[in-house]
Amino acid sequence: MVTGLRSAVMAVSAAAWSSAEEGARVVEETSPQGSGRFELRSVSVAYGPETVIEDVTMNIPPQAVTALIGPSGCGKSTLLRCLNRMNDELGNVRVSGTIALDGQDIMARGVDPVDLRMRVGQVFQRPNPFPMSIYDNVAYGPRTQGIRRRDELDAIVEDSLRRAALWDEVKGSLKKHAFDLSGGQQQRLCIARALATHPEVLLMDEPASALDPISTQQIEDTVAELKRSVTIVIVTHNMQQAARISDQTAFMLRERLDMPARLIEVGETRKVFTNPDDPRTEAYITGRFG
Amino acid sequence: MRLSRRQRARIFEAVARALLGTAAALVVGVAGFLLLYIAFRGIPGLSWEFLTDVPRNRGREGGIFPALVGTLYVVFGTGVLTVPLGILGGVYLSEYAPRSPSTRFIRLAVANMAGVPSIVYGLFGLAAFVLAAGIGRSVLAASLTLTCMTLPVVITATEEALRQIPADLRHAALALGASRLRTVWTVVLPAAAPGIVTGIVLGLARAAGETAPILFTGAVFQMRRLPDGPGSQFMALPYHIYTQVTSVPNWNRDLVWGTAFILVATVSAASALAAVWRSFKRRRTAW
Amino acid sequence: MTHGRPLTVARSNGRTAIRRAAEAVATGFIRVSGWTAIVVLAAIAVFLAWNSVRALREVGVGPIMVGTEWYPTSHPGKFGAAPLIVGSLLVTSIALVLCVPVGLAAAVFLSEFATRRIKEAAKAVIEFMAAIPSVVYGLVGVALVVPAVKSVFGLDSGLTALSGGIVLGIMALPTVVSISEDALHAVPSSLRHASLALGNTRWQTTYKVTIPAASSGIFAAVMLGVGRAIGETMAVLMLTGNAAVMPRTVLESVRTMTGTIAAEMGEVVQGGLHYSVLFVVGLVLFAVTFAINLAADVVLEKQRKRWGA
Ligand SMILES: Nc1ncnc2c1ncn2[C@@H]1O[C@H](COP(=O)(O)OP(=O)(O)OP(=O)(O)O)[C@@H](O)[C@H]1O
Ligand SMILES: [Mg+2]
Repeated sequence: MVTGLRSAVMAVSAAAWSSAEEGARVVEETSPQGSGRFELRSVSVAYGPETVIEDVTMNIPPQAVTALIGPSGCGKSTLLRCLNRMNDELGNVRVSGTIALDGQDIMARGVDPVDLRMRVGQVFQRPNPFPMSIYDNVAYGPRTQGIRRRDELDAIVEDSLRRAALWDEVKGSLKKHAFDLSGGQQQRLCIARALATHPEVLLMDEPASALDPISTQQIEDTVAELKRSVTIVIVTHNMQQAARISDQTAFMLRERLDMPARLIEVGETRKVFTNPDDPRTEAYITGRFG
Repeated sequence: MRLSRRQRARIFEAVARALLGTAAALVVGVAGFLLLYIAFRGIPGLSWEFLTDVPRNRGREGGIFPALVGTLYVVFGTGVLTVPLGILGGVYLSEYAPRSPSTRFIRLAVANMAGVPSIVYGLFGLAAFVLAAGIGRSVLAASLTLTCMTLPVVITATEEALRQIPADLRHAALALGASRLRTVWTVVLPAAAPGIVTGIVLGLARAAGETAPILFTGAVFQMRRLPDGPGSQFMALPYHIYTQVTSVPNWNRDLVWGTAFILVATVSAASALAAVWRSFKRRRTAW
Repeated sequence: MTHGRPLTVARSNGRTAIRRAAEAVATGFIRVSGWTAIVVLAAIAVFLAWNSVRALREVGVGPIMVGTEWYPTSHPGKFGAAPLIVGSLLVTSIALVLCVPVGLAAAVFLSEFATRRIKEAAKAVIEFMAAIPSVVYGLVGVALVVPAVKSVFGLDSGLTALSGGIVLGIMALPTVVSISEDALHAVPSSLRHASLALGNTRWQTTYKVTIPAASSGIFAAVMLGVGRAIGETMAVLMLTGNAAVMPRTVLESVRTMTGTIAAEMGEVVQGGLHYSVLFVVGLVLFAVTFAINLAADVVLEKQRKRWGA
């Protein structure tokens, strides 16, 4: 899969995007709401005095999977948290540059992060279901939106669990406590929970790193299915996984510990993995550092 | 014969272990003895009449019904006031307070409140609630006084219980578009409930057994009727024990020990139940 | 077709203006509640001071603090609180002498030598001890300690400083044991392992490494034990006989500051001079316990920082 070959000069990966966008546009026609396309321009992030990410400019195409890869500590999670403004919750974080979702600046003054997070869901590294029943977990987001009607909630719960490929396993026991599920089931429950608010984008931070191979496979299948309706940004340390499930790959790297991380390369996954523009990308992918 | 270093060390080890073990056994022994002694002295006085009758002959005969009810009233009043205030205070410290000197100051105040002598709370209750606020000696004034005393227990228990909840759970709710308030109310507080409830029970149990704070704020020596509202004076179990022992010549040993037994049994049963319930809940939510 | 978007969900999330306002109000409420502790503490100080003004003006700090004659109901009343202060100190000292060595030794045993199960069981029993109301301790003292002191020392009355001190020592045990045990427990086990690996025995490790490392927490435990003993009211009131004279030995009756307030406040004229003097006594108690708790807290905070717990 990894060739290690490196072409001399490549056109910018714009070609790769446009093909992803074309694919997406087909889906968009069936999608009633905003498409879920992110545009990042010169995004920098600082924790207190320390800048950890500098000058990231990239697009995240709708209804496709974008993988963020890079060594530990290079700011993948931080960048991901910019997209639903979860960094706001951490205190001393400063984000500069612009981030637009479907053309709208999400860091503008008038934007309530609460509204944004209804459109941009997140799945965390470790399964973190709420200590309540399976049903209540999935219904949490819709209830937050003010949906109270039982039949409506029932429909949303079933639909979300189906999309997360968990319905068949739990349909008889929706009242069961979420902690009684296996780790892999819990993670799919968390996906269902995130899907229940019908987000246009789903952020996944190493969603399978705490799971066994079979559960990982199930999550990957779910992702492959979901991208037809949702934009997915996934952080992963697993190169094979990135190559298998993503359409676009972004490689971040912090070259020295006292320097902020930068976006080294972004482009169509197949190209990044077979014929990267940057020697550092190739080195990372082939396992020579990181 | 001279002992080697090793041998000496080994002997010291054995001696130290024995002495320390004796001290620990002594402490546990005293506690165990107290438990058995209170039961041994208290159980003979128990009877249906004891629990349901009013005191007669200055408490030498009859029962403790009004004191039982009075204590329940005051504990209920204290709970109604302490629980919301204490939980909100704990929520503030754990979920809202910035890392700043003022927060450190609040924590210091909470720790200090817990160390204020109960008789000082009694003085404060007299000056502030009974006199300045004009409430008079009553269930309400006593409840307010005991609330001040119990608050730090509930605040601390709430804060600690909330801190046990992993940040990931909060982030999950926030990422679903829940506001901070909704996150706390629907996810964090329910998850922390076992620890909070245990703290509340411990605090109220302590309030039930306190005498000094109610001395001047509403407790009376004897009442034939039950308190008829928050403005009424009341009898209380601990105060009943105190007045019997110190101001009734030839006080009835069985009845007073019976009262002590009821007080200790209720207080420890409540604490034990809370602890058991918490550990039962914990098993499920081992973060 | 279960994929795609079969359901339409309103993008507005139910956060109407009213709901936002309600949320702001509730959040404001929480923020205000955070300050309750400071408000209460300040109110205590203000009310005690306010009610003390008359006594401080008419009697003066000096005469109250060092005067040795306490005859509050004579005419004119004499308000020398020194016997009460000495009484409190005496009873507290007896309690400390008894409870600190035993309590610390027990804590060291439970933290360093006992198995997990024994430790858990012992802690539960000690918690029970802490939950017994002080009036019940007083009752136990009246039934057991007072007669014992009377017969052992051949006294006319067993209501002495010693009786109060013994019971107070038992009452302070749970505080001393559990807080110093926490302090010892907070010492990282890597420190112990390092010492054990050097060939030290468990006891050598304990007194050379663990106890010094936990010393600030142990100090705090003792301080809090002092605070608990000096502020205790009902048990001493029932056990020390309450004679307001300077004690010469521990086998005499004494009256503590707390006991004085409890015994006399019921009989005084509200707003009168005696009433006000009792508030001065309360203010002294408040100030002393405040200082003790502050010291303990500062020390505990330092320890918390050190071990990052
Ligand atoms: N809350 C925070 N406060 C201060 N610094 C932080 C915080 N979170 C992350 N950092 C720093 O920011 C940098 C990027 O962290 P981040 O978690 O985004 O990396 P990552 O690529 O997700 O790493 P990993 O692969 O290990 O998850 C790191 O140097 C980290 O130490
Ligand atoms: Mg990460």
